[in-house]
Amino acid sequence: MLRTFLNKWDAVPAPDSPDQRPAQTLHALALAACLLLAGCGKGPWNNPHPPPDGDKVTYYSVMSPAPPKHLDPAISYASDEALFLMQIYEPPLGYHFLKRPYELEPLGVERMPAVSYLDATGKPLPAERVDEAAFTRYHLTVRADARYQPHPAFAVAENGGARYHFDDPAEGRRYRQITDFAHTDARPVRAEDYAYAIKRLADPRAGSPMIGFMGRYIVGMETLSAELDAVSRDGWLDLREFDLAGVDVLDERNYTITINGRYPQFVYWLAMHFFSPVPAEVDRFYHNPGFAESNLTLDWWPVGSGPFMMVRNDPNSEIVLERNPNYHGDVYPSEGAPGDRERGFLEDAGRPIPFIDRAEFRLEKAVLPLWTKFLQGYYDRSGEVHGNTNSVFDRAFVVGPEGLELADDLADHGITLSPDVKPGIYYYGFNMRDPVLGGYTEERRKLRRALQIAFDVEEYLNIFYKGNGIVAHSPIPPGIPGHKGGAEGINPYTHDWVDGEARRKPIEEARQLMVEAGYPNGRDARTGEPLKIFIDVQSQAISTTSMNWIDRAFSRIGVQVEFRPADWNRTREKLLTGNTQIFSHGWLADYPDPENFLFLLYGPESPLLCNCDGANNASYERPEYDELFEAMRVAPPGPARAAMVKRMVELYREDAVWLFAYYPKDVYLNNAWVHNTKRHGISKNTLKYLRINPALREQKRRAWNQPVTWPLYAGAALITALLLPAVIAYRRRQRATAR
Amino acid sequence: MFAYIIRRLLYAIPILIGVNLLTFVLFFVVNSPDDMAVSQLGAKYVTPEAIENWKAKNGYDKPLFYNAGADGLETVTETIFFAKSVRLFAFDFGRSESGRDISTDVRRRMGPSLAVVLPTFLVGIGVNICVALMVVMFHASRLDRAAVIVFVALMSISYLFYIIGGQYLVAKTWRLVPISGFLSGAEVWKFLLLPVLVGVVAGIGAGARWYRTLFLEEANQDYVRTARAKGCSELAVLFRHILPNALIPILTGVVVLVPMLFMGSLLIESFFGIPGLGSYMLDAINAQDFAIVRSMVFIGSILYIVGLILTDISYTWADPRVRLS
Repeated sequence: MLRTFLNKWDAVPAPDSPDQRPAQTLHALALAACLLLAGCGKGPWNNPHPPPDGDKVTYYSVMSPAPPKHLDPAISYASDEALFLMQIYEPPLGYHFLKRPYELEPLGVERMPAVSYLDATGKPLPAERVDEAAFTRYHLTVRADARYQPHPAFAVAENGGARYHFDDPAEGRRYRQITDFAHTDARPVRAEDYAYAIKRLADPRAGSPMIGFMGRYIVGMETLSAELDAVSRDGWLDLREFDLAGVDVLDERNYTITINGRYPQFVYWLAMHFFSPVPAEVDRFYHNPGFAESNLTLDWWPVGSGPFMMVRNDPNSEIVLERNPNYHGDVYPSEGAPGDRERGFLEDAGRPIPFIDRAEFRLEKAVLPLWTKFLQGYYDRSGEVHGNTNSVFDRAFVVGPEGLELADDLADHGITLSPDVKPGIYYYGFNMRDPVLGGYTEERRKLRRALQIAFDVEEYLNIFYKGNGIVAHSPIPPGIPGHKGGAEGINPYTHDWVDGEARRKPIEEARQLMVEAGYPNGRDARTGEPLKIFIDVQSQAISTTSMNWIDRAFSRIGVQVEFRPADWNRTREKLLTGNTQIFSHGWLADYPDPENFLFLLYGPESPLLCNCDGANNASYERPEYDELFEAMRVAPPGPARAAMVKRMVELYREDAVWLFAYYPKDVYLNNAWVHNTKRHGISKNTLKYLRINPALREQKRRAWNQPVTWPLYAGAALITALLLPAVIAYRRRQRATAR
Repeated sequence: MFAYIIRRLLYAIPILIGVNLLTFVLFFVVNSPDDMAVSQLGAKYVTPEAIENWKAKNGYDKPLFYNAGADGLETVTETIFFAKSVRLFAFDFGRSESGRDISTDVRRRMGPSLAVVLPTFLVGIGVNICVALMVVMFHASRLDRAAVIVFVALMSISYLFYIIGGQYLVAKTWRLVPISGFLSGAEVWKFLLLPVLVGVVAGIGAGARWYRTLFLEEANQDYVRTARAKGCSELAVLFRHILPNALIPILTGVVVLVPMLFMGSLLIESFFGIPGLGSYMLDAINAQDFAIVRSMVFIGSILYIVGLILTDISYTWADPRVRLS
């Protein structure tokens, strides 16, 4: 039988003649040993995956470099956690997969919410008086075909009550996994589930990061928080018994959310998992005594109505999702952004989704194994939340005539690229209250501009980020309304438009600005002291070589630099107290609106003014900017709003608030059998669009993973060679006579 | 012996309190409860309310060591240190900062850790002893000198090099085994082969050299000469006479490690994607998860103490002259 199997193995020829047999017997023995040790599996020896589950189309990917910490939609606030949550939960709204700029569309509800504006007495206001609105009300209608995944929380006992409802912790401790429950059931999604989820955001015991932020907007949320905080509880608290003034459940499928004032960006929050429905019976189920000891909690076993459901959650090694049999169904979009049809992103238009049955995400902490498995075909993509290509960038890419191209061996694999300019920004900001660099006089502006010019961001990105970043001329990244490209998009204080491209101003101009600022050759004209600037950086985020580079960059204008590395907590303390001169920071957008970036410079957001964890760490205060921001925040999209955004960007450039900034860029690699790989910068619920060709994958895996067996023989020979002299010497010694 | 063991176990209590206190102080010197809250809540919209809620939910809303606002005994008991430490002595490790039950996680991760470390340990000892005895057999020969050079070379190479080199050659270039990962059941062997091989090879240099020194000391004793004079074969001399007499120092170094095997291996587990206790500890340190760090240090301390007691007991087995009293 072994011989039959070996004969089928491509790498092992069948014995043809008797004189070949000794060598082949050795070969067979070596192979047999390896096969036994490799678990006697079929296919390549190095396959790290278990045998596939029937004919299910499985997608193999990674969670890297750390497992998710929270999967409760009220608590989680990280993109690597949203990767799972957004496949399982359906918040009211979602994003169109292909269209750019990003476009909202209904997801858990039937249509986009109807918005009405109310006066202080709660009466509706006509359209021409919306400026006077004291409240805004969003009316949402839950889609009729939305139904939860099968789950034991919905299982009903003979008496009509919940089947799994225990009083004794010992009963609860009998269950270890969600799959241990024999009975499951499901029910339609109701409006009250959405209301229940919002009440959970208000519950201090739930620990939602939204409790403070949303409390400012949703009417009655702070009151409910205080009320819930005062309630003593032992076990589950039924939040349905508490009223939240800003959330009204009108009937089984209709509900309204009322917020204070006007906040047009609130609809974007409705596309986040915080507003996903949570059924009360699920919350009660997970409060069964004894469940927490087995990690049977909503934080680890999400329950939703989305296209997938979680069937295995071992954050130490893997998380497995499977198609939700109760998913309401959807079709692949028929429209996209310009160029999508040519890139094949519309080939599946109109086809029912999801295309895959199962998705397995394995924990990979180190880059070498991840990269190797991807090249061996065991992972379909190089990453989910990160492209994971940075560490192997030099080997993966070459700079060709048309920019970045895949290296030849990867191109031969049929690997495709998915570049992703994230809707975020990294920057080094000036503390505008700093006595040396801060302030709004023309001299200070010139000093900051000189430093801006001296810091060659293009070179910095090429050297230290291998080009994975785009120089930011404004706080608004590509894909977000208000971002301008080309000549009109450059910062005229630091760049010129020459020969169709932005070119940094020459260093001589920076030197001249230093003179005009009162620092000729980098020395204070009054005291003769050299100018020394201090940069606070997070120790993990900067290397010695990049510090040396920055030092050298500023030495060209005679400025000395001192770095003050610290961990994030210490850096955060400095930012909150304004005890910094230049600091590094970053921002990844929650939603695709310029407001979500321009608020980084809004005066009242300064931590020193709000005594809070404000976003305006530069403490930039310009009354004109603040007035424009306040008007822009509530203005509807249109030319007037665009003009406000444009002026705010001009002010930012004029005042030279940040030393430099760049938009982070990532590159994801896809194996040839993966389709519909377009990256979505905001939304993570794109797994349902992904299509796999499993036959091609299997064929390629076999072709790429034929084991190399000669090292086994070489190893055996080496050990023999090492032992043989010893054995001979030993035998000789044993035979020797006494001397 | 029973009284001796009881006495040693009682000695362990102040040691464990000291270790726990030290861990607590070291952790909170660099991390305040507010830092932990920020770390767990993320970098966005971390309002003071959210921080206070997190601290209250996780029991970090009390003073660290002394509660000046409380009366009587509560000045000590109503503190983070007391609340978090006392439970440890009842082996109630509580929940990690991300909400998972630590005891459950420890139980689940112990298996994968043992699956890697135990064969590495046993095979490693066997290989090291055999290699060392072989070298001793050829003492003062060219083979002996060459072996010592090889041992020193092997010792000088970084453990990381063995790991990355092993992964590169065996898994990536030759495609003989998966480069990393872990599956339970029959498939587990293919994931253990490479880490065990790497662990054994990386340990040969130091282990065999140390054992060689121990064996050489015994090899020059009179009883060895007598054994040879009696006509014992060289193998019998090595395994029946030298090895048992060199056991005491070997046991001193080895038995103490046996309980520690449960703690896994930080590097091997991290690089080979094995979901054991070693990577658990490493992840906890990276995530500033004090609950896990504290629990793991406590478990490690207990296992180390158990290892020391076992070492003492093993002396009585290896050398009948030793009496524990």
